[in-house]
Amino acid sequence: MQRHDEIPSAGAVKVVRKPNGLGKNLITAAVIGWFLVMILVPVIGIVKQAFGSGWKPFISSLLTSATGHSFILTLAITAAAVVLNTFFGVILALTLVNQRFPGKLLFEGLVDLPFAVSPVVAGFMFIILFGPKGWMGQWFEAGGVKIVYAVPGMLIATLFVTLPFVAREIIPVLREFGLEQQEAAYILGASRWRTFWRVTLPSIRWGLAYGVTLTIARAIGEFGAVLVVSGSIINKTQTATLHIHQEFTDFNYVGAFSAAIILALLSFVILTAMQRLNRRKGV
Amino acid sequence: MVLRGLSFFYVGLLIILPILAISAEALKGGFPNLWTNITAPAALASLKLTFLTAFMMVILNVITGTATAWVLVRYEFPFKNLMNALIDLPFAIPTVVTGIMLVALYGPNSPVGGFMEKKGIDIIFARPGIIMALLYVSFPFVVRAVQPVLQEMDKDMEEAAKTLGARPFTIFRRIVLPTLLPAVLTGAALSFSRAIGEFGSIAIVSGNIPFKTQVASVYVYGELESYNPQGALGLSVVLLLCSLLILIFLNRLQVWSRKHAAA
Repeated sequence: MQRHDEIPSAGAVKVVRKPNGLGKNLITAAVIGWFLVMILVPVIGIVKQAFGSGWKPFISSLLTSATGHSFILTLAITAAAVVLNTFFGVILALTLVNQRFPGKLLFEGLVDLPFAVSPVVAGFMFIILFGPKGWMGQWFEAGGVKIVYAVPGMLIATLFVTLPFVAREIIPVLREFGLEQQEAAYILGASRWRTFWRVTLPSIRWGLAYGVTLTIARAIGEFGAVLVVSGSIINKTQTATLHIHQEFTDFNYVGAFSAAIILALLSFVILTAMQRLNRRKGV
Repeated sequence: MVLRGLSFFYVGLLIILPILAISAEALKGGFPNLWTNITAPAALASLKLTFLTAFMMVILNVITGTATAWVLVRYEFPFKNLMNALIDLPFAIPTVVTGIMLVALYGPNSPVGGFMEKKGIDIIFARPGIIMALLYVSFPFVVRAVQPVLQEMDKDMEEAAKTLGARPFTIFRRIVLPTLLPAVLTGAALSFSRAIGEFGSIAIVSGNIPFKTQVASVYVYGELESYNPQGALGLSVVLLLCSLLILIFLNRLQVWSRKHAAA
């Protein structure tokens, strides 16, 4: 390396310098090596461990009712979070792009907050707000509805951590080509509703789909916030990630590894979807 | 009006009210109480560990992330597209699964972990495990922040510098680095923000030993689990303030780099 660098610095103008082949290969090898060791090898490691004692323990640990319940609850919460956050995410994006109001910058900044807040702190905030003595909790308590330490609280926590995804993905799309076309359609006599369905929605659909995919990934994987508000009662308030944690702390490693593999497989499906959508978005 | 009302309702209920509620709760006990909670020895130790591991991760992540983006944009190599697709894997994998994966690979019962243990190096239930977990969950941030800027970057300036006799290192330092700096800082800030709040992977990997491997988020969880919400308040407020500061920093950075680009 040293000698290689000295040649051009000597001012040899005649030497047409080729791209630094050695350095290039070294950097590429280092990057690939780091990526393999840090990111990919762990995925292989878990597969090996889960099947360490064959297929049978793997399958039977997945077939327990606790595992089944936890995956069903995860799917239910994810579905609800996707519906609500898609609906409100689109509304939020439309508000932030099309409207002006005092404090808008601050408001827009607050929408990003769930990305930055620790999930444990998020869960804690909801315990305070929706707990039996909390500002909101009192109301629900009076009506006999339990939020914290129950499924509604877990949904709220999931809503919080996934709130920005849809809005964040479609805001740039709307800013880029949405507004003029929307205005044109509106001036030409289309109702607001028709403008939305015929003009706005088609232009944001890939960004929207991408945001929904990110929401799904995060909702399935959320752990800290949901753990804090759940109280974690087996069969009742355990999601898949909580179940994995429970198995792990109970030293039932095969159970933890098996369920973790299912979630890892789901992640690969989600990643493939992200990739496809990313290409579409780019077009 | 309906749109705005619905937006205010949703963000108000899910983001603004919870923050106001935790702030009110923290202020109710008074500052001295809060201060006592924050400066409790175990709390302070966990806070120190959180920042220490986060800093170490960010330094490693900035170097490897920038190099990864560079290689992906500038060089050709086999399976490049596959690798580019897999960069986002840590965002798709649940953090608990990340923790479990690291235990499966480096835990005392695994071949790699067993070997390391014989050499006297503990990874799982020790600090290296925390840093590895943080590196895993925040790996995409720097890569994905730097990559688009590199793609847009004109090679003209680099080539001009080269023909004028600049060495590769000089070109990197004087031309490439200043252009990439805002993106690198953005990636670093996002990684750092993720790291100080990270819980799932660390809860699995670290063993949560007070004064040794307990980070701030796990400390908060521990206090909540042992029905001591007052004790959890102090560090929660600290973490929340850190999140706000990082968001403001990111916002400033965006404004600054936009001005920079326009000039």
